[in-house]
Amino acid sequence: MLKISKLISGYSDKFRLKEISLHVNKGSLTGIVGPNGSGKTTLFRSLTSEINILGGEILLEGRDIKKLTSKEKAQKLAIVTQNTEVFDIPVEDFVLMGRLPYKKPFQLFEKVKDYALANKFMKLTGVYKYKAKLMTELSGGEQQLVAIARALCQEPELLLLDEPTSHLDISHQLKVLNLIQKLNNDLGLTVLIIIHDLNLASEYCDYMAMMHKGSIFKKGLPEEVLDYKNIEFVYDTVVITQINPLSKKPAIFLVSDKVLKKNSSEPRH
Amino acid sequence: MKGRYIHWFYYILALLIVLLLSIWLSVSYGEINLSLVEIIQILKSKSGIEYTILNKIRIPRILLGFAVGGALSLSGVLLQGVYRNPLVEPYTLGISGGASLGVALAIIFGLSTGIGSVLLPISGFIGAAMTIFLVYFLSLRNNYVNISKMLLIGVMVSFIASSAVMFLMSTTTTENVHSIVFWIMGSLDTSNVLLIRIVLITSLIGLVISYLYVNPLNALRLGEAKAKHLGVNTHVTIRVLFIIASLLTGISVSVVGVIGFVGLIVPHLLRIFIGSDYRILLIASFLGGGIFIILCDLVARTLIAPNELPIGVITGIIGGVIFIIALSKSKIH
Repeated sequence: MLKISKLISGYSDKFRLKEISLHVNKGSLTGIVGPNGSGKTTLFRSLTSEINILGGEILLEGRDIKKLTSKEKAQKLAIVTQNTEVFDIPVEDFVLMGRLPYKKPFQLFEKVKDYALANKFMKLTGVYKYKAKLMTELSGGEQQLVAIARALCQEPELLLLDEPTSHLDISHQLKVLNLIQKLNNDLGLTVLIIIHDLNLASEYCDYMAMMHKGSIFKKGLPEEVLDYKNIEFVYDTVVITQINPLSKKPAIFLVSDKVLKKNSSEPRH
Repeated sequence: MKGRYIHWFYYILALLIVLLLSIWLSVSYGEINLSLVEIIQILKSKSGIEYTILNKIRIPRILLGFAVGGALSLSGVLLQGVYRNPLVEPYTLGISGGASLGVALAIIFGLSTGIGSVLLPISGFIGAAMTIFLVYFLSLRNNYVNISKMLLIGVMVSFIASSAVMFLMSTTTTENVHSIVFWIMGSLDTSNVLLIRIVLITSLIGLVISYLYVNPLNALRLGEAKAKHLGVNTHVTIRVLFIIASLLTGISVSVVGVIGFVGLIVPHLLRIFIGSDYRILLIASFLGGGIFIILCDLVARTLIAPNELPIGVITGIIGGVIFIIALSKSKIH
């Protein structure tokens, strides 16, 4: 599906991705984690062509991403970012913007199919009831759901999300991620998600990559990647990992310095 | 949502009706007032002093006013879309400053005499074009336009040009100063049919080409990065729209002088009523700009008749007042 091989990219000599290789399988939900400045955003921007690829290649369904036209790319790859740019636009119009990659020059009006798809995805993401409302009237979580509906309207092969939940409360975080998981399960949509919260990553991703200083430190299943040794090394911080009794996935606990000093003799793992 | 398209249709219909009304008013009133029946009779008879007034003065002015108003308003709305800033207008980029400088130089070097009626617009256009290229190339980096930088450079170039004009004015004769000031204040008073045709045709072509980029322009409302995510080639879009807007402004300013505020007020007012969708906003701004200038010119001609006020004064005062009233009543903050 998405094949990143020996990718080198970056802004300056100071920071570059160092020969990153990652395969995202069709139908998978892959998560990328890592501390600030580890290269997550640089990787994201290489995928969206916002920065130049200096070496290696990215293949999307076997085709070099550099050789796709912007329209072709937008038909295969849909993107949801941290913040959704909002202004006084009705929700329905906002979602319909996802059909832009399919519009011809001088095509002023949407076709019946465009409306059908917009309605379908607004229902699927649960924002159909806000259809006529303005984007500015919705909460941050609802705006994110609308942004996902718009991305789905692009009928993409791959959905790329850049920390879509980082500004949301826990209920909306779960709402958004449950939706993404449902899209992944029910529609077979391949998802690549950059995510800060290790517990959410552990809970939702079926494959993970942990980045560190511009390269991939560890990739594999959540239980392989989210080992306390990996986390402590990459994040340079002390954590406690246990298994979530319900999902059987690793769960990470943070400890304050004060508690840590008091219990320095206690075994942590 | 078919209902929206019907709304759009009504907006355009309403604007067309207002346009016809303002054309009618503008043809009827002036130094001599004519009724609709009289106008039709005069146009049919094709003779007499009234026919000359209509055919040589009033109708050309209306056509020029419509074209210039449409062009300035369209270029305002395009630039606001490109810069994602509702307060940008064609003159912010220094285009009028450059044109004024060109004209001031032409007047001082005595080019305004003789076949002056064409030479002034030409020097104005050269001044505007040079400013456009200067601003554009100064804001290029690695072959990409840096939008926020471009805006600042435009404002600076504008300041430099107006200072240069003031310098020229303080060193030249009183007569030249008068000509420069009068040109800067703007007037639709030109009898050159060729110039009117050029402005009318370029503004209509500008409108058609802008529609080729209307979907990218709509996507740019999300910001450059997100428009790219939706498959928009933002570099080409921004470049083309900038060039259209600059040329439209350059041509208008060089023919009629500096008529301010149109590109700011008309799109802004229309946004309040019809929203931010550029599919309707482009055509509505074009029509609205045309109407605005035709009406302002009517006021400029009749308020202290038989003397004429500079139209730039009227657009500034009327436009500003309407704008403040509409803004304080609207829900937009």
